[in-house]
Amino acid sequence: MLVIDKVTVSYKTKKSRTPVIEGLSLQIEEGEVLAVLGPSGCGKSTLINALAGMLPLDGGSVDSVIEGEKRPLNPRTHKIGVIPQNCGLLPWKTVGENCLLPLKLRREPVTEERRREISGICDALDVSRLLRRYPAQLSGGQVQRAALARAFIFNPDLLLMDEPFSALDAITRQDARELFLRIWKRNRPTTILVTHSIEEALYLGNTVVVMGNRRGVLRYSIKNPYFGQSDPEAVDYLTAKRVLHEKLGPEGERRGDIEQTAE
Amino acid sequence: MNRLLNKCLLFLQGFLLLNVLWFLAYLLMHTTVIPDPAVIYRNFGTAFSNRIFLHILASLKRIAAGLGLSLAVGVPVGILMAYSGSANKILYPLIYFSYPIPKTAFLPVAMILWGMRDGSKVAIIFLIIVFQVIVAARDSVRNIDPSVYLVTVSAGAGPAQIIRHITLPAILPELFTSIRVSLGTAVSVLFFVEGYGTKYGMGYYILDAWSRIDYIDMYTGIIVISIVGFALFVAIDLLSDLLCRWSRPLG
Repeated sequence: MLVIDKVTVSYKTKKSRTPVIEGLSLQIEEGEVLAVLGPSGCGKSTLINALAGMLPLDGGSVDSVIEGEKRPLNPRTHKIGVIPQNCGLLPWKTVGENCLLPLKLRREPVTEERRREISGICDALDVSRLLRRYPAQLSGGQVQRAALARAFIFNPDLLLMDEPFSALDAITRQDARELFLRIWKRNRPTTILVTHSIEEALYLGNTVVVMGNRRGVLRYSIKNPYFGQSDPEAVDYLTAKRVLHEKLGPEGERRGDIEQTAE
Repeated sequence: MNRLLNKCLLFLQGFLLLNVLWFLAYLLMHTTVIPDPAVIYRNFGTAFSNRIFLHILASLKRIAAGLGLSLAVGVPVGILMAYSGSANKILYPLIYFSYPIPKTAFLPVAMILWGMRDGSKVAIIFLIIVFQVIVAARDSVRNIDPSVYLVTVSAGAGPAQIIRHITLPAILPELFTSIRVSLGTAVSVLFFVEGYGTKYGMGYYILDAWSRIDYIDMYTGIIVISIVGFALFVAIDLLSDLLCRWSRPLG
């Protein structure tokens, strides 16, 4: 279980320090996906950066609790995989080198068993043919799949995703989400998915939370019964969508601003 | 290979055009300072018997030492300035201020500190190039997309791994551009620093011929130094193409 307790993160400029997230608390069960919805500028990406070890916490704590044993989350001790919005493949490394880099950085040996697992993931994501190419030679969907391959080959304890499907067109996006879920179910890494799409949150999140637009205060949180269902017909689904939609609007007003990109 | 062919064509075109202009100048001006190009090319045999290769080698050694030293100092300093705000605060004014100072003016100082032989020559080349390298390294590190750090840091990379897997490969293309500019500068500085304390080097060859009022030999030297400079340019281009394949999307 990942326990985020009263976390505060600020951006520092020369003189002032602006808190972006203040006193945020969240819990994610082992092997679950937490979908975080929120308007732009609410601190979603800051949360990802802080959990990935890029930004120091100004207060609170993030701990990984396994069988009652509590250890602070740290990229040196925990395996943290990230898929940022632009996928974050290193342009100067081939797809294959990119995929193996996290293992190389941790000096994890690639055993025969591991190798089979890796080629299994590459086949499932259809990147086996692309391993010798550089990211600049790939299409958007291919970059996306390569980034998924890198993340899953790493077999992370915690997977962080920051709007990973937003750069894709609608059809590729749905395919990518289904593909993600299929691979995700193999090892079920604990995942935080930041998104602005309600459909995506309801499709990929075991739990869906909504962040407010002021300093990352949590506004709403539900256990999601529609996890993994791409097109539920239930009336309740539409109600859940509407509720999320309302919660996302600026304090309930100006509804409909956020979901303009809905597919 | 196609690029190599293009380079050769470019060279040939420029070479011919320059020679036509030169020949016209010879016809119009009627002065011994501008001799007939054909006479110069016929003189190449003498140049080889004058062991021109030893001169080329001596010059290349000085350029390589100066450039190598500039990279060894300039790249780490540039990276330090890009990553550390306080280092930048201290060093940037210094670099900004000393960039336009004519480094060749420090020749007397360099001579006393590092001697009349190769020491002062390399030092002057180093002083001229190192600032360009520092600025290029610093600016290109600053232009690195932050998301590549995100995925690497989160995977548990330490500072040395970040330098190796992100910083150095990311700045390589711009570093090559800066090296190319620096090389042009270094070749022209040769003419200046090889005017003393040596009997070898392209600069010495030209100056020596000049002092003997042997314009034929002087022009031979100028042509050879130009060809060497051009060859260095091409070598850097090819090396850059080889090491930075990733930066050309449809390669």
